[in-house]
Amino acid sequence: MTSTDVQPTAGTGGLDVERIRKDFPILARELPGGRPLVYLDSANSSQKPVQVIDTMREHLMSHYGNVGRALHALGSESTEAYESARDKIAAFVGAPSREEVIFTKNASEAINLVAYAFGNPTNTDERFRLGPGDEIVISEMEHHSNIVPWQLLAQRTGATLRWFPVTDEGRLDITGLDELVNERTRIVSIVHQSNVLGTVNSVSPILARAREVGALMMLDASQSVPHQAVDVRELGVDFLAFTGHKMVGPSGIGVLWGRRELLDAMPPFLGGGEMIEAVWMDRSTYAPVPHKFEAGTPPIVEAIGLGAAVDYLTSVGMDQVKRHERALTAYALDALAEIPGLRIIGPRGVVARGGTVSFVLDGIHPHDVGQILDDVYGIAVRVGHHCARPLHLRFGIPATTRTSFYLYNTTDEIDALVRGLHHVQKVFG
Amino acid sequence: MIAESMYQELILEHYKRPQGRGLREPYDAEVHHVNPTCGDEVTLRVKLADGGKVQDVSYDGQGCSISQAAASVLHDLATGSTVEESLAVVDEFTRLMQGRGQVEADEDVLGDAVAFAGVAKFPARVKCALLAWMAYKDAVLRSQEAM
Ligand SMILES: Cc1ncc(COP(=O)(O)O)c(C=O)c1O
Repeated sequence: MTSTDVQPTAGTGGLDVERIRKDFPILARELPGGRPLVYLDSANSSQKPVQVIDTMREHLMSHYGNVGRALHALGSESTEAYESARDKIAAFVGAPSREEVIFTKNASEAINLVAYAFGNPTNTDERFRLGPGDEIVISEMEHHSNIVPWQLLAQRTGATLRWFPVTDEGRLDITGLDELVNERTRIVSIVHQSNVLGTVNSVSPILARAREVGALMMLDASQSVPHQAVDVRELGVDFLAFTGHKMVGPSGIGVLWGRRELLDAMPPFLGGGEMIEAVWMDRSTYAPVPHKFEAGTPPIVEAIGLGAAVDYLTSVGMDQVKRHERALTAYALDALAEIPGLRIIGPRGVVARGGTVSFVLDGIHPHDVGQILDDVYGIAVRVGHHCARPLHLRFGIPATTRTSFYLYNTTDEIDALVRGLHHVQKVFG
Repeated sequence: MIAESMYQELILEHYKRPQGRGLREPYDAEVHHVNPTCGDEVTLRVKLADGGKVQDVSYDGQGCSISQAAASVLHDLATGSTVEESLAVVDEFTRLMQGRGQVEADEDVLGDAVAFAGVAKFPARVKCALLAWMAYKDAVLRSQEAM
């Protein structure tokens, strides 16, 4: 199989994968030794289409200047492009207003920014009060990015960190919801789609309980925004974090969406240029959102690239992307189930799950699996704990092999994975 | 096929049929070492005997084929040799592993451990190969202190 003769295979939801693959030049490259590339690691980071690459290149070639502060032609062209990227992203996630879209470096920064607002002596807003006796709720299936910032917050303030357990099937266990989320809870922050299990969490019951007790709710949407249509008004949560590099955009750019009235009440996270209104030697006043949270020169070209990425995804259609991935996932779950000694960690069916499938092979360490797959077949998967160590501890395993699909993957690539896994079993069997 | 050359027959043999695996009594020192990046871990015990001899190296652990095979090869090389000889092998093995594939292995010193030469080209896997060997060095030092 060479990557150029991959056919849009039947049953993948009608997406013209062959055409899409042409937009991602890297998918046609060969690895040393003439191996074709089989990229099954998009949950880690996605590849970029020419539309994104060209937009960024074109901006650097012909329009680049600093944003916000340069009055000349280039400065206004850059500012215009940067701010129009914000408009595109606001539209992409259904944000009621463009000012609610804050550019950060990545999802991790977005979550840290929100955590910083709680129990902060400079923030007197009641909704962000947090101290000893108050509680923060996360889950056992979080990425470290949605664990450590809350641990740090708990350590700073004396608040208590609590979490939803995960069932054997890899679902959030919300049987104890009413006890776990209670009058002491100030913030609930959970992942929308797990980067290990593929599980898509149902938001509404948790949100309803959070509202009942007056807690705020944040979603780590790093793995959902790239793969399904997400509308913040429909979700109804208070904050949403996601990251550019997983949604065919560049690295170095992420997004925090938050409700305007909350963002207005929150203290700045980083201080510096462009986030101020006026500065005296002993104090400052701050710019309105979003700029209050965008200190210093932002990742200008990256933000513009992310704008091009959402244009690209919109032109393909997020529902199409989702349908295609669902077909790939169904195909992969069936094919992997046939491999003896392979155990899937996460839901076995396609209901409320995305195209990320993690598994363990009896008696073979994931590092050995990943090394052979890469080296013999050019198959890129991720091995390890995928920045979700507590989740792996929960399942009593040190590591998993993870395959993850995106709009450019094909069933042929899943066939290659299955062949590769059989070979791995031969080598170590 | 670079990695296939890393998975030498001898490594796979030791992985599939580990030598001396399992923790045994008596022992002078026990250590537990982990590789935080991949979660590999080993518990290793050393029993020294008179005349500077290593009476037994017993171990248990979990991890990839490289880390498990390295523990097995270590057991074979160290058990029955002298402390001094075995530490010389550890030093040579460490030099080989940290040589980024540029170091010529001294087969006379290393014996079977020379099969790991290919691992040195994979920086991410060097720590796997070294895990049990570093644990052994640590355990020997502690055994000597205890004596
Ligand atoms: C669920 C989830 N949350 C957060 C992150 C962190 O994203 P970033 O590293 O871009 O901040 C990731 C990606 O690694 C993720 O999968």
